[in-house]
Amino acid sequence: MDAINPVILIASLIVASTPILLAALGELVCEKAGVLNLGVEGMMIFGAICGFAIAVETESPLLGFLCAALAGAALSMIFGVLTQFLLSNQVATGLALTLFGLGFSALVGQGYVGLKAPATPAVPFGPLADLPVVGPILFSHDAMVYASIALVAAVWYVLAHTRAGLILRAVGESHDAAHALGYKVVRIRLLAIAFGGALAGLGGAYLSLVRVPQWTEGMTAGAGWIALAIVVFASWRPWRIVLGAYLFGGISVLQLNLQAAGIKIPVELLSMSPYVITIVVLVLMSRDRTRTALNAPAALGRSFHASS
Amino acid sequence: MIRLEKRPNPSRLWTALTPVVAVVLTMIAGGILFAALGKDPFEALRTIFWDPLFSEQFAAFSRPQLLIKAGPLILIAIGLSLGFRAGIWNIGAEGQYIMGALCGAGLGLAFYPTQSALIFPAMVVAGALGGWAWAMIPAVLKIRFGTNEILVSLMLVYVAEALLASAALGILRSPEGGGFPGSRNLSQIDAMANPELIAGTGMHWGVVTGFAAVIAAYVLLNRHILGYQIKLTGQAPRAARFAGVNPSMLVALCLGVSGALAGLAGLFEVTGPAGQISIDFNSGYGFTAIIVAFLGRLHPVGILLAGLLMALTYIGGELAQFMLGIPAAAIQAFQGMLLFFLLGVDVLSNYRIRIGKGAPA
Repeated sequence: MDAINPVILIASLIVASTPILLAALGELVCEKAGVLNLGVEGMMIFGAICGFAIAVETESPLLGFLCAALAGAALSMIFGVLTQFLLSNQVATGLALTLFGLGFSALVGQGYVGLKAPATPAVPFGPLADLPVVGPILFSHDAMVYASIALVAAVWYVLAHTRAGLILRAVGESHDAAHALGYKVVRIRLLAIAFGGALAGLGGAYLSLVRVPQWTEGMTAGAGWIALAIVVFASWRPWRIVLGAYLFGGISVLQLNLQAAGIKIPVELLSMSPYVITIVVLVLMSRDRTRTALNAPAALGRSFHASS
Repeated sequence: MIRLEKRPNPSRLWTALTPVVAVVLTMIAGGILFAALGKDPFEALRTIFWDPLFSEQFAAFSRPQLLIKAGPLILIAIGLSLGFRAGIWNIGAEGQYIMGALCGAGLGLAFYPTQSALIFPAMVVAGALGGWAWAMIPAVLKIRFGTNEILVSLMLVYVAEALLASAALGILRSPEGGGFPGSRNLSQIDAMANPELIAGTGMHWGVVTGFAAVIAAYVLLNRHILGYQIKLTGQAPRAARFAGVNPSMLVALCLGVSGALAGLAGLFEVTGPAGQISIDFNSGYGFTAIIVAFLGRLHPVGILLAGLLMALTYIGGELAQFMLGIPAAAIQAFQGMLLFFLLGVDVLSNYRIRIGKGAPA
């Protein structure tokens, strides 16, 4: 274990967690509005290639992130139109979004395999970054890491303390009641879906621009699905999303470090560990049925049609 | 003003027609996609949908491929459709497919070089059991703890892929492979091979099993109380419970059957067309089968037709890649689009479109 430096480990787990954190946060808002979008993986990978392509072409990571968010939101609107206007089954449509996103991103990414992303600079905290231990862990990341935490705070505040958040939650708890009160259920849900898509896109771009930083087909490798599991883990609470994402980021970084350090555990066992642990966590969370059931939005996954 | 009005019963006409409409719309959108890639859309569509079947140059090779590709898709999709009907979402068929292949091939290779007529049947049983066991993990977790089967079955795909890599590099690696990953070529070992049954047709045991599964599922759904319970649970879960349907039993049954069928598909693939356990012998059939199940309206006969159509897009896609340089990923996007259009036009089976202002809802 000597080969693993805990400071570097923690610093890199933050980087590893940010994509899932962003995607899970977006999905949380979406699910709070009562929409189960299983297309996170597809939106993430589409954001990954769009962000990567734009960043490479313009040499601006910032533009890359921006376009990735737009691309994720645009893709999520296919899901939005199908489920909200054409009343298709949310589970099936989300799956379709993932399958389409995987194929379409591979298609768009044809010419970008093997290129290197322009570096995303760290936020200059000046002397703070040179502090021992605290510096590398807290003050030497790029802007997206801080933005992701700020977004968690913003989502938490909006959901818990504003009228808009109240309406969003009302739509997710009972679309019929919200409709009767005169709220535009479909419009609110579309906005929530678009927000979820934008954050999934950002998360994907973080993978291809910072974490890896390259484009390879299927590079999300289940991160979108883990993000979905984290929403359950967090029992639909924003701050617990951070905990969940960092826990999973920690596991994936730790297993990579253990592989690199040549610990006598089979590589395959290590590389499957994030997925196995996700299953274990899901089981632990679901065991107590009453508690998870109380926290899940009541109208989650149900289609809304004004006449029914 | 366009409004949707719920039909009292799903329209039979539109239920049958929507897959056709979806295919046509996908062809149009696909044509636009190919044009955007700088290819002649008509030539591309002809290469994908017409040439594999009717062109003199390619048909002799392509036609048998149709059954080879459709076999596993139909087999897996039939299993998935039972669960989907009852609202049980097994998304991890890809993992069950891999585990079926691993278990079956592992059993066969353990007896190498024994030649016995019993080995292949034993491998088939092991394959089905491997897929079944892998599917029972999400089933048991769902029954016992109420865990979401979508996420668990999907996570298990990544676990299965890691196990596959481990087997191809480790215990199943061919000692005569010169250090390359991958097992012995099962299709060349007489006792373990899944050969073409009728020369030049592509028909192998997997295809036969696929057809058998179509018939079995048809009988189950239309002539058996279990099929009735599956349908009822999907349409009215509460009513089903009052009618005495045991939801746990249904979860175990639907996931188990779909896992076993996916495992069989994997076993037949690895002993036949794929030939060996290699790191990437799985080619996404488990995921494409989801599209096949929906395109076939979760109906056995529909799945048979949808499987053949989807197989055609694979073969035509390869041809288009070879002839026109259309990237392989375009076909995957194309298949995803097909599912979008299908889900979208599905609204016509359940709702009537009214134009103009009606009575306020």
